[in-house]
Amino acid sequence: MFRLDKRYAEEIIAHGQAEAPLECCGILAGIDDKVMKLYRTTNSEKSPLRYNVEPHELLRIYRELDEKGWQLLAIYHSHPNSEAYPSATDIKLAQFLDVLHLIVSLREVVPLVRAFWLSGGQVKEEPLSLVET
Amino acid sequence: MAAVEVRIPTVLQKVVGGPKSVQAQGDTVAQVLKDLEKNYPGLKGRVTDQQGKLNQFIIIFLNDQDIRFRKELDTPLQEGDVLSILPAVAGGLFIH
Repeated sequence: MFRLDKRYAEEIIAHGQAEAPLECCGILAGIDDKVMKLYRTTNSEKSPLRYNVEPHELLRIYRELDEKGWQLLAIYHSHPNSEAYPSATDIKLAQFLDVLHLIVSLREVVPLVRAFWLSGGQVKEEPLSLVET
Repeated sequence: MAAVEVRIPTVLQKVVGGPKSVQAQGDTVAQVLKDLEKNYPGLKGRVTDQQGKLNQFIIIFLNDQDIRFRKELDTPLQEGDVLSILPAVAGGLFIH
């Protein structure tokens, strides 16, 4: 069970809605499963089907994480017109990035956020608990 | 051969093991990757594809420049350069 502060879930949804019909992407960083910061990142693909965090932005984020001693807890992206489920490319990425993947689907009237582990080419859904702090 | 520093962020270190920062030798990025086999066994095979090109999910910065916009793995290096090897955060239906 991944406990996510409700305000971060709302921010992920807001980010997705702001970028729609393009995909949005971002990073959640923190310590021991506690999110300390949400990074809204630039999707350099500017595509409704793909995302790619702009590399210079990513370099700065990785440096900040190491300076602050934070872990990369999760990455998130939106599916503006499809279900909240990982694509084959999302699964391939996990060979180098063994972190939780959050996907927000904007297909329905009420946005849906789901979380997945993608290690070893397998998709395993992680129950998401939204908490208020 | 130029002596360079190679930095691996924690998130990739979890996957490939080895230290966060290491000195390596090479006049090109490809030569440094070969030299890195001492500290990161198998790293070269993972960050390059079957054609020997940079894996699409790996980004290598020479100082603050993405080597994809230089000469990729043939990018020349100078003494004191810093290479950062990063996992991309990318996905979707396909990557070109």
